[in-house]
Amino acid sequence: MNKVRIIARIDVKNEFAIKGIHLEGLRKVGNPNEMARNYYNDGIDEIVFMDAVAAYYDRNSLSELIQEACADVFIPITVGGGIRTIDDIKNALKSGADKVAINTRAVKEPAFINQASKIFGSQCIVSSIEAKSIKGGKWEVYTDNGREPTGKDVIEWAKHVEELGAGEIMLTSIDQEGTKKGFDVNLYQSVVRSVSIPVIASGGMGKSDDAVKLIKHANVDAIAIASVLHYKIESVQDIKNILLENQIKVRI
Amino acid sequence: MKIAIVDYDIGNVKSILSAFENQGADVSLTNNKEEILKSDGLVLPGVGAFSHGMKSLESCGLVEVIKEYVISDRPFMGICLGMQMLFEGSEEFGKTTGLGLISGKVVKLPTKDDQNEKLPHVSWNELNRKNIQWTGTILEDVKEGSDMYFVHSFVAQPKDNDNILSTTEYSGHNFCSSVKKGNIYGCQFHPEKSGKIGLKIIRNFIRMCQK
Repeated sequence: MNKVRIIARIDVKNEFAIKGIHLEGLRKVGNPNEMARNYYNDGIDEIVFMDAVAAYYDRNSLSELIQEACADVFIPITVGGGIRTIDDIKNALKSGADKVAINTRAVKEPAFINQASKIFGSQCIVSSIEAKSIKGGKWEVYTDNGREPTGKDVIEWAKHVEELGAGEIMLTSIDQEGTKKGFDVNLYQSVVRSVSIPVIASGGMGKSDDAVKLIKHANVDAIAIASVLHYKIESVQDIKNILLENQIKVRI
Repeated sequence: MKIAIVDYDIGNVKSILSAFENQGADVSLTNNKEEILKSDGLVLPGVGAFSHGMKSLESCGLVEVIKEYVISDRPFMGICLGMQMLFEGSEEFGKTTGLGLISGKVVKLPTKDDQNEKLPHVSWNELNRKNIQWTGTILEDVKEGSDMYFVHSFVAQPKDNDNILSTTEYSGHNFCSSVKKGNIYGCQFHPEKSGKIGLKIIRNFIRMCQK
């Protein structure tokens, strides 16, 4: 088994890091660059910046933020929110991002994932999937930061994005997101079993035990953490230590 | 002392530039032939598909420039796809010819089907020493077992084991994670994205360029 990557997810609105519950009710929690630097110095493995309102307003505006971050944060940086064109990806990479997370545009035009992965390589293209549970033990794909239902089934969509060439899936549970009530273990189990590309679990962690429980039951490759870090409930080192104590391999 | 990073319109070069600047190097991003040939150290970055990378190098007219630079025996470092392109060719998306500076080819990372291992290999993973001592190389003072950041689906297979500077295990196989042939270095991992140990490797390379 791979070392599980511990990722700090920083959602950004204008120049502020923000946090909501179920991707709504956004509150300012700090300066995104300061937070990224602190997490880096504390041993985080990766940073994800998501423009929380980009898809909604049809824009993306994180390039300055990325440029500043990559001056002193020497770990992988993913940027998402409002990536709509090949030029958007080029700009994100030029600014210093390693990967882009794509959701809304991919749902509207799946071939975009295919085109992007051919040009930039699969490893650069993260398919961001927002999932909401529906009847019958299924989940529906949402777009526009959890605002728009699409009628698509999450498992089918995950398989499809893999075929199209996505290199990773960042799977956010809208039901759990921001609640600190733990991960939707069933969701991750179902998706991990259906695809062979890495899956990043995002949404719901309230304490390290939630991560332990998830990783023991679903073979996710990474966990994206927001509230626990942003509200200083546990530090990066606290989380890694608890995972290690539970025989889960992480980068030390 | 001047280090040049080859700019051929591919991938994330900003973070390589930042990492070299952070370690105090006088570094520039360029596709200018004279500037490349004048430099004391040359870095070839690259992410993505092998064929796309080679095509971009060709359309920037840089294939021969890089070969000419390497013949001069000054320090050279290829990163990720930049390492893979040092070899003779790749089987990614059909066969493509590489720079041919090191004997060997680029193949899909072998995995065991029954182990449920995934591709691409996106992970922090450990460097192990093979035949070559690390003293005096870019891995000087790097502890065996150090974690570096990998993101790739293909790996280089050098013909000559003595070109293998480090190996890394994935899915039960050891693959070549860094390569050395004289002053030519290649890293499959991303030193510019591997935290403080990655920066140390960059510092080691800068020191080499100062000699």
